Formats: sequence, structure tokens, C-alpha cells
Amino acid sequence: MIGGGATAAGMGHIVTMDDTPAQFALSSYSQSLWSQLAPELPSNVEYAQCGTIWVATDEEEMCEVHRKLDYYLSRGSSAEVLDSEALAAAEPNLRRPLAGGLLVRSDAVLYPPCAAAYLLQEALRHNTKTIFDTAVSAANGRVQLKSGGTIHADIIINATGALSPALSPGLQVKKRKGHLIITDRYPGYVRHQLVELGYLKSAHSVATDSVAFNVQPRATGQILIGSSRQYGAEDSGVDQGILAAMIARAALYMPSLPSLSALRVWTGFRAATPDKLPLIGPTEDRTMFLATGHEGLGITTSLATARLLADHLLNRPSAIPLAPYLPTRFSRPAIEMAHA
Amino acid sequence: MAAATRAAEAGQQVGLVDDNPRIGGQIWRSPRGSSSLDTSHGEEASKWRQRLMQTSVEQLQGWSIFAQPAPGQLLAESQECDSFAEALELSFDRLILATGARERFLPFPGWTLPNVMGVGGLQAMLKGGLPIAGKRIVIAGSGPLLLAVAATLKKAGGEVLHICEQAPLRQIAPFALSLLADPGKLAQGIGYRLATLGVPFSINCWPVEALGDTAIRSVVLSNNGRRQEIACDYIACGFHLVPNTELASLLGCRIENDAVVVDDFQRTTVRDIFCAGEPTGIGGLEISLLEGEISGLTAAGKISDAESLLKRRRSMQRFSDRLFRAFRLRDELRKLSQPGTLVCRCEDVPFSALQHQPSWRAAKLHTRCGMGPCQGRVCGAAASFLFGFEEHSVRPPVLPARIASLGSAAVLPLLEITDKQEIP
Ligand SMILES: Cc1cc2nc3c(=O)[nH]c(=O)nc-3n(C[C@H](O)[C@H](O)[C@H](O)COP(=O)(O)OP(=O)(O)OC[C@H]3O[C@@H](n4cnc5c(N)ncnc54)[C@H](O)[C@@H]3O)c2cc1C
Ligand SMILES: Cc1cc2nc3c(=O)[nH]c(=O)nc-3n(C[C@H](O)[C@H](O)[C@H](O)COP(=O)(O)OP(=O)(O)OC[C@H]3O[C@@H](n4cnc5c(N)ncnc54)[C@H](O)[C@@H]3O)c2cc1C
Repeated sequence: MIGGGATAAGMGHIVTMDDTPAQFALSSYSQSLWSQLAPELPSNVEYAQCGTIWVATDEEEMCEVHRKLDYYLSRGSSAEVLDSEALAAAEPNLRRPLAGGLLVRSDAVLYPPCAAAYLLQEALRHNTKTIFDTAVSAANGRVQLKSGGTIHADIIINATGALSPALSPGLQVKKRKGHLIITDRYPGYVRHQLVELGYLKSAHSVATDSVAFNVQPRATGQILIGSSRQYGAEDSGVDQGILAAMIARAALYMPSLPSLSALRVWTGFRAATPDKLPLIGPTEDRTMFLATGHEGLGITTSLATARLLADHLLNRPSAIPLAPYLPTRFSRPAIEMAHA
Repeated sequence: MAAATRAAEAGQQVGLVDDNPRIGGQIWRSPRGSSSLDTSHGEEASKWRQRLMQTSVEQLQGWSIFAQPAPGQLLAESQECDSFAEALELSFDRLILATGARERFLPFPGWTLPNVMGVGGLQAMLKGGLPIAGKRIVIAGSGPLLLAVAATLKKAGGEVLHICEQAPLRQIAPFALSLLADPGKLAQGIGYRLATLGVPFSINCWPVEALGDTAIRSVVLSNNGRRQEIACDYIACGFHLVPNTELASLLGCRIENDAVVVDDFQRTTVRDIFCAGEPTGIGGLEISLLEGEISGLTAAGKISDAESLLKRRRSMQRFSDRLFRAFRLRDELRKLSQPGTLVCRCEDVPFSALQHQPSWRAAKLHTRCGMGPCQGRVCGAAASFLFGFEEHSVRPPVLPARIASLGSAAVLPLLEITDKQEIP
């Protein structure tokens, strides 16, 4: 089903991230593509440019706010610093006092499954044919289907998310599990996507399980509460320990949140790569291309990924360099990797 | 109640958890303001209550079970609105699920107007104190429940204008004849019929539209092919019950044909988890009670006692099967909706948005049908009837729960059952 994988499980935060210059380039480019597309999107995509507030609890995190601000400004993006009072006014349900935050107005939220359905519809309008089946192998211009058929193609793109290593053995993509909670409707309770700045620290720690405060206002008035990151968890069941930690973390920032009514908890798998950048472009097999490994940013970076890949295939110049995302970066000798 | 009583009488340490503040389940629980059980369905109710009181069963009324944090453990939350009591974590060696059934609603134009209700919903509101005296009521749907509800409403002073049974005569006739072989059931049927005497009763008759602005003013029926409009204050619809299988499903029990799969001894496909009553297939009060007894005895290791009840259960099962065939819903009911008729009230999803969805999951993801506060409890059964959707994925919490409860990791082993007895 289209939009049935991680896309159905994700948060749909269209966010510019600045972990690395390459991540910033891809996410800010893609975010601008989303905002250009916004007028075309049907209402069920629920695209809303609500902005992100990066929440700082103390002076140390306020330093991070200013560093982030400089980073955005120096790259032509805009952002504003909120002091303690401005933050409280913007988000009355946050604990008081907090040190402040960084407001990034251009960030948005959307409802990913309907965005995927819309994009498919556009593809169909351009004579794309869909076959609902499972590929059991894909190489050398041939895709073997579970139902028995074979598809011959000059170009095959593996875009199967967290399952992509099954079709491209040896691919450096690992599952990274996440939990989310959706509440009943509380219009206005949260107004921006709120993310703790500690998120950066926890999202970075590759080895351990982590949770972070990350809440999102939905168009329905519902609140989506995240988030957790776990490696090595293969089953999709809810992990009570992680869930409890996630809620405790959220309660630290929003003390009244625990009294709200939750409708559902679910999990999803991000497709994580060792350097936290996606795999986009050609492989050693001339017919095989990749568009996977987007970890926790694949909704945001989907449009830019598609554009970069199309530019590459059509030999067009691209808006940003493709090089940082090329899959071949992992097949270079290890020494070179270490310096990359 | 039957399961808990039987297991406790056999020497087990038993806890009973029910999300309703009053004991007795869907039809026995006491009306508001009364402390004794509702015995309008027979004296059995008081007998079982008395028997239960004589055991050491520990009761948790008004607590709903919403998640399984780990195998052998359940989380329960208090249903009192302003209660900030912490969630309880209950542990068990053996578990009997008896989560009952709910009504199936079928969408037709106007069904979302106020005072268009389910028969059970109206009955429940009556129990809750809704004044019904002098109100004009049309009852529509299928099955003996319509007559039972009509009798209750008449007794409370309601003016029942018409009872509409959708099934055709050729479907009902064999069933009616078979009742002759079962004098008990026949007497019960006649009893209802007598109580509702004077009320026009049509077969081949179903609602096609409810009219009104701020509430229902009249209902349009298809009565043996003719359109008939009846002015009324309420229409109570009952298009069968659907088993509440969500908790069983969350615990990993196999579900087939919308019911929890059990063997003769009410054992589910998950070890040490039993299921009794409506979740295993709709059958009504008597068979639910008997299944409760069988499950309680089996869970207590009293296999031969349980075995002695199987024959009666089998004959009741045959009765439910005949009932099911007699009142099978007709195809025309799938065609009542207009494109704009809402199917999912929580998320305002119209019929037209669902018509071409390939599956329930696709419908949920792309239209948000079933994603609102009721989590598909109402529209799920309607959608599965209308569009033939089958798959059901259940995620915690099975009922909405406070975030604080979801996150509770505190362990209060209230129902530690220490007596480990091997069950064959
Ligand atoms: C909890 C959580 C929160 C997230 N929050 C955000 C967020 O706020 N913002 C953001 O930008 N991103 C977020 N993400 C990440 C984002 O959801 C993913 O990066 C994105 O959905 C990946 O899309 P995809 O198309 O690559 O993969 P998927 O959506 O997983 O799609 C892969 C598709 O391939 C199909 N498939 C797999 N194997 C085969 C096969 N062999 N043959 C045929 N088909 C196959 C699957 O069925 C599926 O439909 C989040 C992820 C999670 C888990
Ligand atoms: C509206 C309606 C009207 C009915 N009228 C009749 C009638 O007139 N005659 C007849 O024979 N049958 C009738 N039935 C059928 C009725 O369900 C059975 O006859 C009988 O109640 C079955 O008993 P049970 O124990 O299976 O379920 P129930 O009596 O429904 O008991 C189930 C109990 O489990 C509780 N529960 C469910 N989930 C949870 C949870 N997660 N946590 C805690 N507690 C939970 C429920 O609140 C309920 O108290 C009616 C059913 C409905 C829904």
C-alpha cells in the first residue's frame, strides 16, 4: 500500500535540521520544495506551516539556540530567538520558566499517508503504472516479483525504506524503532511543533536507546507525542519501558500533558545509515539506484531526494550537490571513510 | 460473573475487573439509583450475584483494562472522570476475557441526527434515567433484540409506533418453526410479543432516511417495497451485535470471522487465556452464562465438571446458528448511504471517500476513518459490512486512557494468583 511503511508511522514534521552541512542542505532545499508545492496539496494532506520551536531549558541550551540562529542566518535561512517570556506566551502549556527557544517559522507539518497518496496520483497522471506486489530480488535490470512475474527495466530504484537491505544485500541500513502517541482533540493546546534541544544529543547517540520531548499539533486538534529511538528492536510491539520514559520526558516539559486522553500508541521503523545521511543515487550495478536511508527525516527530504535522483538520471544540473548522499561513499576504503 | 464464581468456588484466587461502575454487564447491571441488579431478563441475575458474593472474588468495578505491558500483566485505569488514581498493573496466571459485545450501526441518510440511536443505546439511556414516557419511538433493525427492547420501552411508558424487521419471511419462517421444538424460547418470544402487542410489526422493512433539522422528526421506511414516513421522537436501530474482540486481539488471541477463536473449553489460541460470552460469537445471555461457567471451571482445572456442560452449550450453539441465519442482513442495507452520508462520525468521513478504498488499513490511513476517539468501534463494524473490509490491527490502548496511565510502570500486584495449578 502506498504510504503504508514508515510513512504511515512517522510524524510528518517538515523540518530543517543542521547536524551536518549536508543534512542542512538537503532538508532546507526539500522544505522549500514542500512550501512551493503547498498550494497544490489537497486539504487532506493537512499541510500547515506552524513552525518549529526548539525549546531550551537552561543557559547552556540557550547558547545552542544562538549557535543555531547564526547557522541558519549564515545560510540564508531565517529564525528568531524567543526569550523566556516570549516562549511562555507562544506555548502556554510549557513548564515555566524555561530559558527560551528558537522559532523557525518556515517549518511545517503534514499528514504523510495522504501526502504519499497525492504524490502517487501525480505520478499516475504522468503515466506511471503501479503494481501492488512484493519484489523478492532486484538486480541487473530484473525485478523478481513474489507473485511469480518478472519486470525488466533499465533503471530500478530501491526505495523500500527500512526493508531496503533485503533487496540490496550488504546495504548499510539498519532499523531504528520509534514510538508515537496520539491524543484526543485538544485544539490550541500546542501551537508549534515543539522539540527539545536535548533532542540533538539523544538523536545523535547511535549506540543507546533514547527518548526526547517532541510534540506536534495536528490539524484535527490532536497532539502527536514523540519520540523514541532504538536500535536492535525488531518487533513492532510497544515497549513499556520506552513508552514510560517518553511520557516522563514529555511531562518534564508539559506538566499537564499526562492528564490528556491518549487514543493510540504505535511504532515505526526508521531506515538509519551510519552517517545519518540518506543513500541517493547510483550503485555498482548500473541498473540499480537507491533512495533510502532517510532515518527520521524522510518525509521532509522526500521531495529533494526525488529531485536529485531525477536530475541525476536526466543529466540535469541539480540545485544542491548529490555527492554527500551517494551510496558509493560506503564502498570507499575504510581509511578514506574515517577522514570523510 | 459466572466465570469468576465458578473459578472461585473451585478454590482459585480470583479478581474480577469490569469497566462499568456497576456489576452485571450489559443487561444485568442495575439501573441508575438502584442497588439491585436488573432482573427484567429473569431471576438468574440475583442468583448469580448472591453466589458471587459468597466467594472471595476481589472486585474492581469501574476499571478498564487498556494495555498489556508484558505477558501476564495488564494495565487498568479508573473510569471515574475526575479520578487521578494511578493506573494499576495487574498480574495473572490465567485470564478469562468476557468483554461482551457492542451494537452495529448502519449508516443511512440522517442517521447522525440527534435521537437516532442504537436500540441498546436507548435502553442504556433509559437505565441511566432518560424520561421516555409518551415519546414516540420507531424500532428498526433485525433479530429478537428488537422485540426485547420494544417490551422494555413500552414498560417505561414509551409509545412504540412500529417495529421494522429487515429479514424476509422466507428467512425467518424456518427459524420460527424450529422454535416449536424449544418451548422455553418460544415462551420467551411470545412473552415479548405480548408485551409489545398492539405495535405494528413489519418484516421486509427497514429505515432508508431520517428527516429533521436539530433532531429526528420522522423516519422514512422501506416497508415491503413501499415508502412509508412515520413522525417520531426517536428511532432505535439494531442491526445485530458485534463481538468486542479488541482486548483478545491485543493479547495475541486468534480472531476469525470477527470472533475470538476458542476450543470447547473456551481456551483461546494463547496459553492460559480463556474467552467466554459474546466475544466468541454472538449468542445472547444464556450461552454467555454457560460459557462463563465452562471457562471458570476449566481455568480452575475442573475439566470434568466443565465437560458436563458441553452438551447444553452445543445445543444452544445450534440455536444461535439458526438465529444468525434467520436474521442475516440483506444486501439492500449496503446501499442506503448517499455519497455524502457520514460513515465515521469521529472524523467526518463520508461514504464516497470510502467506496473505493481497497482495505480497512488503506481507508484508515487515507481517510482517517476509524482514527478518532472511538477508534473504529462504531464505524469499523459498519465499514466491514458495507465494504467487506476484513483485517483488524489492534494497538494499545484498547480504550482511550490518560497519558499518565499509559506511562505507568508502577507495579501493584493486586491479583497475584499464587496457586499454580497445571491445566491440562
Ligand atoms: C516514529 C517516527 C517518526 C518520524 N517522524 C518524522 C518526521 O517528523 N519528519 C520526517 O521528515 N520524517 C519522520 N520520520 C521518518 C519518515 O517517516 C521516513 O523517513 C519516511 O517515511 C521513509 O519513507 P520511505 O518511502 O523511504 O519508506 P517507507 O514509508 O517505509 O516506504 C517503503 C515502502 O516500500 C514497501 N516495500 C518494502 N519492501 C518491499 C518489497 N520488497 N517489494 C515491494 N515493496 C516493498 C513498503 O511496503 C513501503 O510501502 C519518522 C519515522 C518514524 C518511525
Ligand atoms: C445494547 C445491547 C443490548 C442487549 N440486549 C440483550 C437482551 O435483551 N437479551 C439478551 O439475551 N442479550 C442481549 N444483549 C447481548 C448481551 O451482550 C449478552 O446477552 C450478555 O450481556 C453477554 O454477557 P457477556 O458477559 O458476554 O458480556 P457483557 O454483559 O457485555 O459484559 C462485558 C463486560 O465487560 C466489560 N468490559 C469490556 N471491555 C473491558 C475492558 N477492556 N476492561 C474492563 N471491562 C471491560 C464491559 O463493560 C461489560 O461490563 C445485548 C447486548 C447489547 C450490546
